Amino acid sequence: MSDWYRDFANSGVGTTITRQLGLPRPAVLRRYEPGQPLLPGPAVVGSAGAGRLGNRLTALLRDAGVAVQSLGAADVEDGERPAAVLLDATGLTGPGDLAGVHAFLAPAVKRLRRSGRVLVLGDPPTGAESPAQAAARQALDGLVRSVAKELRDGSTANLLLVPARTEESLAGPVRFFLSGRSAYVDGQQVTLSGAAGDVAQDELRPLAGTVAVVTGAARGIGAAIARTLHRDGAVVVVVDLPSAGDHLAEVANGVRGTALQLDISREDAGQRIIDHAVQRHGRLDIVVHNAGITRDKLLVNMDPARWESVIGVNIAAQLRINETLLASEHFRTTPRIVSVASTSGIAGNRGQTNYAASKGGVMGMVRATAPLLGAHGGSINAVAPGFIETEMTARMPFATREVARRLNSLQQGGQPTDVAEAIAFLASDAAGGISGEVLRVCGQNLVGA
Amino acid sequence: MAVQTRRAAIVGGNRIPFARSNSRYARASNQDMLTATLDGLVARFGLQGAQVGEVVAGAVLKHARDFNLTRESVLGSRLSASTPAYDVQQACGTGLEAAVLVANKIALGQVESGIAGGVDTTSDAPMAINEDMRRALLAVNSAKTVQQRLKALAGIRPGQFLPEVPRNSEPRTGLSMGEHAAITAAEWEIGRAEQDELAVASHRNLAAAYDRGFFDDLVTPYLGLSRDENLRPDSSLEKVATLKPVFGKGDGATMTAGNSTPLTDGASAVLLGSDEWAASKGLPVLAHLVDAQTAAVDYVHGGEGLLMAPVHAVPVLLARNGLTLQDFDLYEVHEAFASTVLATLKAWEDAAYCKDTLGLDAPLGPVDRSKLNVNGSSLAAGHPFAATGGRIVATLAKLLHEAGPGKRGLISICAAGGQGVVAILES
Ligand SMILES: NC(=O)c1ccc[n+]([C@@H]2O[C@H](COP(=O)([O-])OP(=O)(O)OC[C@H]3O[C@@H](n4cnc5c(N)ncnc54)[C@H](O)[C@@H]3O)[C@@H](O)[C@H]2O)c1
Repeated sequence: MSDWYRDFANSGVGTTITRQLGLPRPAVLRRYEPGQPLLPGPAVVGSAGAGRLGNRLTALLRDAGVAVQSLGAADVEDGERPAAVLLDATGLTGPGDLAGVHAFLAPAVKRLRRSGRVLVLGDPPTGAESPAQAAARQALDGLVRSVAKELRDGSTANLLLVPARTEESLAGPVRFFLSGRSAYVDGQQVTLSGAAGDVAQDELRPLAGTVAVVTGAARGIGAAIARTLHRDGAVVVVVDLPSAGDHLAEVANGVRGTALQLDISREDAGQRIIDHAVQRHGRLDIVVHNAGITRDKLLVNMDPARWESVIGVNIAAQLRINETLLASEHFRTTPRIVSVASTSGIAGNRGQTNYAASKGGVMGMVRATAPLLGAHGGSINAVAPGFIETEMTARMPFATREVARRLNSLQQGGQPTDVAEAIAFLASDAAGGISGEVLRVCGQNLVGA
Repeated sequence: MAVQTRRAAIVGGNRIPFARSNSRYARASNQDMLTATLDGLVARFGLQGAQVGEVVAGAVLKHARDFNLTRESVLGSRLSASTPAYDVQQACGTGLEAAVLVANKIALGQVESGIAGGVDTTSDAPMAINEDMRRALLAVNSAKTVQQRLKALAGIRPGQFLPEVPRNSEPRTGLSMGEHAAITAAEWEIGRAEQDELAVASHRNLAAAYDRGFFDDLVTPYLGLSRDENLRPDSSLEKVATLKPVFGKGDGATMTAGNSTPLTDGASAVLLGSDEWAASKGLPVLAHLVDAQTAAVDYVHGGEGLLMAPVHAVPVLLARNGLTLQDFDLYEVHEAFASTVLATLKAWEDAAYCKDTLGLDAPLGPVDRSKLNVNGSSLAAGHPFAATGGRIVATLAKLLHEAGPGKRGLISICAAGGQGVVAILES
C-alpha cells in the first residue's frame, strides 16, 4: 500500500517543510533489481586491530565488481563518496582497540551516500580469549545498533559475526548486506555457523534448479516470497487454504508454478507437500513457512479457541511439517527451511500473547532444528518482520498505523518484497553458512530492539 | 494408417463452486466462469503458456455472442493462445460428452492431451426478442430506402417488445423437465420418502467430502464462494419432508424443491492426456476413461420417460465391455431429480421392463446403494447443466484413485431431449 507521507517528504515542498519542522524524513530505499550492480558506488574497507578478513573482503568486493577505496581512514576525504563502509573488527583484543573502530568509522560514515551500507565484521563474544576481548566484541553490538539509529537517508548498519573457520562462507552474506536486498534490514546481527556458503554461479538466478514451497502464498508477504523465489530461478509451489484458492491460482499463474490448496494444520500436510513437489517437479529443496494468523485479545479475555488456532497454525503445523520433511528421503540434499517469525515474538505486543508465543516458538524451533538440517548440509532460519505494508496492516486504524510505520530507524513500513528478499537469500546457497539464526526485517524497529 | 488405440488418462479436474441462480454469480457470464475455471486448472497443473491438444466445452444456455465460447475462454486464459478449441452441446450430457470426445482423440493418438469442460448460467441466461419482433426488425434491416424503413418501423406493435425468456421445457411437449420427471416417478411408483432420503444423503455426503478435504484439489473458489451454495450440511429428513410438491399433480405428487435440483450457475473442467504425456509432465493419472455410450428415447410418442435414456445406454455399454451392472466399485448417477435416480435403478431391476423395453434376457439387477454417489451429487451440489459432467468425471476419477488400482466406476447422466450419456472409468 502507498505511504503518502514518505512520498510527500520526498517531494519539493515536502522536503522543505519536513526539514524546517524537524519532521521524520523517510527515504525512498534502494531496493534490489536484477542486473543492478551490487553497489551504486565504491566501498571503503578498514580494520580495527589486526583483523583476519581484510584481504578476503577486498577480494570478494572486487569479484563482485565493486571499486574498493584505500584502507586508511585518512584518504576518504578525496574521491567519490562511498556507497558502503566495511570494517574488519576481528582483530579486537580489548576495549582499547575500539578507538580504532571509531577512528575509521567516523570520517567514513560521514561521507556515506544515500541508501549507504555500514557493515561491521566481528567475532562472537562467546569464543573470546579473555573478558577484555569478550567486552570489546560485545561492544560492537551496541555500537552498530547506535550507528544504525544515527544514519539517515535510507542507510543501514549491520553486524556480521564470523567465527573462526566460517570465513569461507563470508561472500554471500556480505553481498546480501551491501545489496538492495537488505533494504529494510537495519541494526541487525547475523552469526555465521558454517563454511558451506557459496555465491551463485548465475547471479541473476541464484535459485536456478531448485524447487521451493511457500505456504500462505495467496496474498501479502507469501505472494511476494513466491514472486521473489521465482525471479531468483526457483520453481515454486504455492500453498494456501482452499478458501483462498482463487487468489492462490493467480499467484501460481503469475510465477508459472503450481497451486496446492491445503490447510497446513492438517495432519498429512507435510506429506502432501512432499508428494506434490516430487511428483510434479521432481524434487523439493526449499520450504518457506509463511502462513500465519493473528487472533488478538488481551490475555485475560482470550478464549481457548483463539489461543489454539494461533498456536496450531503458526507453530504446531510448522513443527509437524518439519518432522515429515526431515523423515523424508526427498529432503536430503542441502535442504533449506525458512520460517516467518515476527518482532512481536521478540519484543512482545499488547493483545498478542498467543501470537507472540507462537512466533517465539518459531525461533526456538529454528535454533533446535538447525543441527538436524545441518546433517544433510542444509539450513533452517527464521525471518522476523516488523511493520510490513500488507492487507493485514492496511486494516489498522489510521493513527495507529501512522505511528507504527514511523517507529523504526528508517521511519517507514517495510514492503513485502523486503521480507521476501531476506527469505530468498536465506533459501540460497549464498547463505549456506547461516543456520539457526533469526534475521529481523524491521528497519530497526525501536520497540524491543 | 494402422489404428491402434489407448485409454485416455484423467489427470485431474477443476471447478468453481456452484452458485444458486441469481445469486453470487449473477453478473458472471459463461465466458467469465469458464475462463476462471480453466485458469484454476492451469494453476493446479502448471499449464501456464502450455498448448494442450484441444479444449472442448460447451454451455446449454448460450448467448448468440458465445458462438465461439470455448475458444474465446481459452484466449482469455493462461493457456497458450495456440490451443485449439471447439464448442459442443448435448444438453445436460454436454460435459461428459466433451470428455468422451477428448478421450477418443487421445485414444486415437490425434492429440496427446486435452481439456473437457462445461459451463452454464441461469442468471445471465440469454433472452431473445420474441418471434414477431424479430421478423419486424429483420424487415427494417432489409428495407432499402428510408421510407421503406420508416414504414417497417411503424409496423412494430407494443406486444412485440415482450422478450422470450428461455424455459426449461421440452419444445415438443411443452412440459418442463420436472413435469416429465414427475410422470416417470408416478409410472415407476417412486415414493416421496425414498426421494427425500436420497436428497438428504446427497447433502450429507457432499458436506462430509468437503470436510475431509476431498475437494481441496478439485474446486477453486470464485467470487467469494468456496463451497457449493446449494449445499445444506444440516439437511434432515424432517426438514425436507415439510416441503410442498412442485412437480406432478394432486395427492400423488412427490417431487419437491428438496428432492429436485435447483437452477444453478457454475463451470467445470477436466484435464485428460495419454499416459506418456502425463508422465512426461510429472502429472498424476487418477483413472482412465474406458468406454462410453449414448442413447436416446422417444419420449414424445414412444411412451418412454424423458430422462430414461441412460437406462438404455448402460446395457449396451456393459455388453460391449463384457461386464455386469454389479462389476463396479462406484456408481455416479446424476441426480437431476431424486426420482430420476430411483426410477433408473428400479428399471434395471425390473425383469419385464428389461425384457420388453430393453430387449434383455435378464434384468441388470440391483446397484449396491452404498456405492452410489458416495460424495453427493447434483441434488446437493447443484446442476449447472453443462458443468455437471466435468464435476462427476473428476470426482469419480479421484475416488477411484483413492480406492487403489483396478477399481471401476460407472457414470450415468440423463439429458434433455430424451438423451443419455454413460461412461466407464477405471483406476
Ligand atoms: N504484515 C506484517 O506486518 C507482519 C509482521 C510480522 C510477521 N508477519 C507474518 O508474516 C506472515 C505473512 O503475513 P501477511 O501479512 O502476509 O498475512 P496475510 O494474512 O496477508 O497472509 C497470510 C496467508 O496465510 C494463509 N493461511 C492462514 N492460515 C493458513 C493455513 N492453516 N494453511 C494455509 N494457509 C494459511 C492465509 O490464507 C493468507 O493467505 C505471517 O506468518 C505473519 O504472522 C507479518
